[in-house]
Amino acid sequence: MQDCGSGQVIAEFGLAALWLAAALAVLQLIAGGVALSRRGDALGAVVRPVAIVQGVLALAAFAALVAVFISTDLSVKLVAANSHSAKPLLYKIAGAWGNHEGSMLLWVTIMGLAGGFVAAVERRLPERTMMATLAGQAFVSIGFYVFLLFASNPFTRLAEPAAEGQGLNPLLQDPGLAFHPPTLYVGYVGLSIAFSFAIGALITREVSPAFARAMRPWVLGAWIFLTLGITAGSYWAYYELGWGGWWFWDPVENASLMPWLAATALLHSCGVLAARNALRAWTLMLGVVAFSMSMIGTFLVRSGILTSVHAFAVDPRRGTFILVLLAIYIGGALMLFALRAGSISEGERFAVTSRESGLVFNNVMLSGTLGIVLIGTLYPLLAEAMGMKVSVGPPYFNPFTALFVVPMLLVLMVGPLLRWRLDNFGRVRSGLIIPALILVLSIGIAIVMAPGKMLSIIGLALAPALAFASLLPLRGRRLSRVKLPLWGMVLAHFGVAVSLFGMACDSAFTVEKLVAVRPGEAVRVGPWQVTMKSITPIAGPNWTALEGDLQASYNGTAPSLLRPQSRSFWTPPQQTNESALLTRWNGQLYTVLGDEAADGRWQLRLWWKPFVTMIWLGGVLIALGGLLAMLGHVASDVRRVIARSKIAFRRERQGR
Amino acid sequence: MSAAPKIPERAAIRTSRWALWLPLALFAGFIVLVLIGLLRPASHDVASQFVGKPLPEFSLRAAADNRPGLARANMIGGKPRLLNVFASWCAPCAAEAPQLAQLAAAGVEIDGVAIRDHKPELAAFLARYGNPYTRIGADDVSAVQMAIGSSGAPETFIIDAQGVIRYQHIGEIRTEHVPMLLARLQEAGK
Repeated sequence: MQDCGSGQVIAEFGLAALWLAAALAVLQLIAGGVALSRRGDALGAVVRPVAIVQGVLALAAFAALVAVFISTDLSVKLVAANSHSAKPLLYKIAGAWGNHEGSMLLWVTIMGLAGGFVAAVERRLPERTMMATLAGQAFVSIGFYVFLLFASNPFTRLAEPAAEGQGLNPLLQDPGLAFHPPTLYVGYVGLSIAFSFAIGALITREVSPAFARAMRPWVLGAWIFLTLGITAGSYWAYYELGWGGWWFWDPVENASLMPWLAATALLHSCGVLAARNALRAWTLMLGVVAFSMSMIGTFLVRSGILTSVHAFAVDPRRGTFILVLLAIYIGGALMLFALRAGSISEGERFAVTSRESGLVFNNVMLSGTLGIVLIGTLYPLLAEAMGMKVSVGPPYFNPFTALFVVPMLLVLMVGPLLRWRLDNFGRVRSGLIIPALILVLSIGIAIVMAPGKMLSIIGLALAPALAFASLLPLRGRRLSRVKLPLWGMVLAHFGVAVSLFGMACDSAFTVEKLVAVRPGEAVRVGPWQVTMKSITPIAGPNWTALEGDLQASYNGTAPSLLRPQSRSFWTPPQQTNESALLTRWNGQLYTVLGDEAADGRWQLRLWWKPFVTMIWLGGVLIALGGLLAMLGHVASDVRRVIARSKIAFRRERQGR
Repeated sequence: MSAAPKIPERAAIRTSRWALWLPLALFAGFIVLVLIGLLRPASHDVASQFVGKPLPEFSLRAAADNRPGLARANMIGGKPRLLNVFASWCAPCAAEAPQLAQLAAAGVEIDGVAIRDHKPELAAFLARYGNPYTRIGADDVSAVQMAIGSSGAPETFIIDAQGVIRYQHIGEIRTEHVPMLLARLQEAGK
């Protein structure tokens, strides 16, 4: 410690904050648990403040990690292994979470902050349920603190500072990706709140519409971030990997899709519970499953058990550690569910033709999709256990998920029009004539335009009908009176249709060209005429690149310039292809510069992708719909709280 | 509201007792499956297609100033030797340096292939972690690496006197691997 300058204290400060946060989580668990017993009320008062301070300390630890990354403190092992002094500032900061230890610290930070936030603002539930919830949140946090402190300490120091850092994976050096993981993590870990709420409700057996109303904003919040994270991740993979695809069914993607599917089911069943006091046990089950999927997904990715090509990418000890945590938390929660759910009554009944039935159908189909994705993701593991090596790809995932998603979308056209409890299909039939006509018409058009492509035809046929049907709940209402949650629902369902249209168009109408051209030569791809002007070398902060100057003209209109690059990073050495995109309202031209061929020609990969941007536009609309719904619910809850306190205040004033 | 708000019985959802345990049972199955995958060390030993094949023809320039370059001809004859694929930018390569030094001290000839490396960084790496190599070839485009079926660094191959690949070790050499490698070298020499 002879040269322990002021800068290097930061790492020690972060470690201390992390230990303190872990200690407070233990206190939160004990105090919350004791508060549940009859004589423990006194201790209950500390639970909320402790939860808040725990979150703040975790945030301080995370800030310390970001600080050592910004100052490139090479005495910290993690910095030496993942950063480099010559890296741009943005990627120094992003480097803090672009690795295993840092991302786990981000995980506990979000978890601590979410718990603290709940402790600070959530006053709608019975205090006993809140104590059980916060104790549950602390219980889960403790496992991750232990994992961080003993198996992946981000603040480990090197006996001797490294001479220079080893850099960040060049694929991750992209502004989109710098903020993609935190967004997803807020979603993953935000679901821990729903998990803890479910545990709390199972322990105290208090499941009511009020419970669902309290849980819904948290689920919606996490779900919005998940939606945005998945959308952004898909777009990142699309333009950064240079393969022109937007979803690859790879385990990392599936790991984000599975919690999203569970959370989507959860927020719909939450709606049933809040409005009708039905689906009680099922909602609790989904609350447990959603966060379990987050943890399983993270485990599958972090342990490297699925993606391993190299033995050193896998640390079996770490994998085993997380697996033990999973077994305790998920196993424990499911055990609690099995023991308690029997004594939680199913709640109100409903008829087959009713809003509830529509939502039950939605839940079953979403769960089915979730099962398909889970099985597909785990299948290589299952096959390996039986001595085979296989990989599962789109030929499995696409048709099998469609098997559940297509019926769900068909019901989605009708479900939101039905009344709660009991309805008569004849009442809504007249409204469905137009969507049905659109459906039939677009099936015809799709069969002509994309012959033989079954899934594309289904998508092209469903999307316009669904887009129209999603607006039907607004029919006959005065738009100025429509409440925010309804706007949210309409917008999100419309977003599903938009996204589906983009996916179907991309798979049906994409034109691909792989050519080798000399500067000056022109290529035709779809409606575009692309001319390669020149190739020039350029240099960036930690890379050099060859840049192609392409001129693209759409059906003979004035040409625009595209500049795809083939980049070489030197810390660590890696080649990446920076694609160049040209966006029009009706699609994107996608260009990738490849290697130089022997005779002075350059490989060029070109795609014309009609309406591909709709995929992500739809994703954003879905998230926006979620935001509107959340704002609407929170606003009406706040109004209710204010009204209640006004009544209490008047009573007090009148001396009652 | 319409006339008869009577709700048929069967629409209510009934969950039987055993169904409540189903999620837990499924999860237990998942845990067992993952444990099998996690604890089977053999599953990561990708049976190399290149074991038993002769080395391809190659000739690499010297990567360091104080060691000669590496060609196929250098690896024929004499005793079996190790071919170590490494790079100065690779963290596990630094971690296996003591084990390589131990093998070199045991009299094993180790030839290195430095992947996409630069002279100053490589010199600093060798100065810092030791230089157990007899020869070091610079493989700037991963050509030799690809040709011998290595997809990452570090990897270590056992090459017998006839220039045939006898074993491929993926990942860094840990202390517990040293006796195994020595035994395999001995076997390759018979």
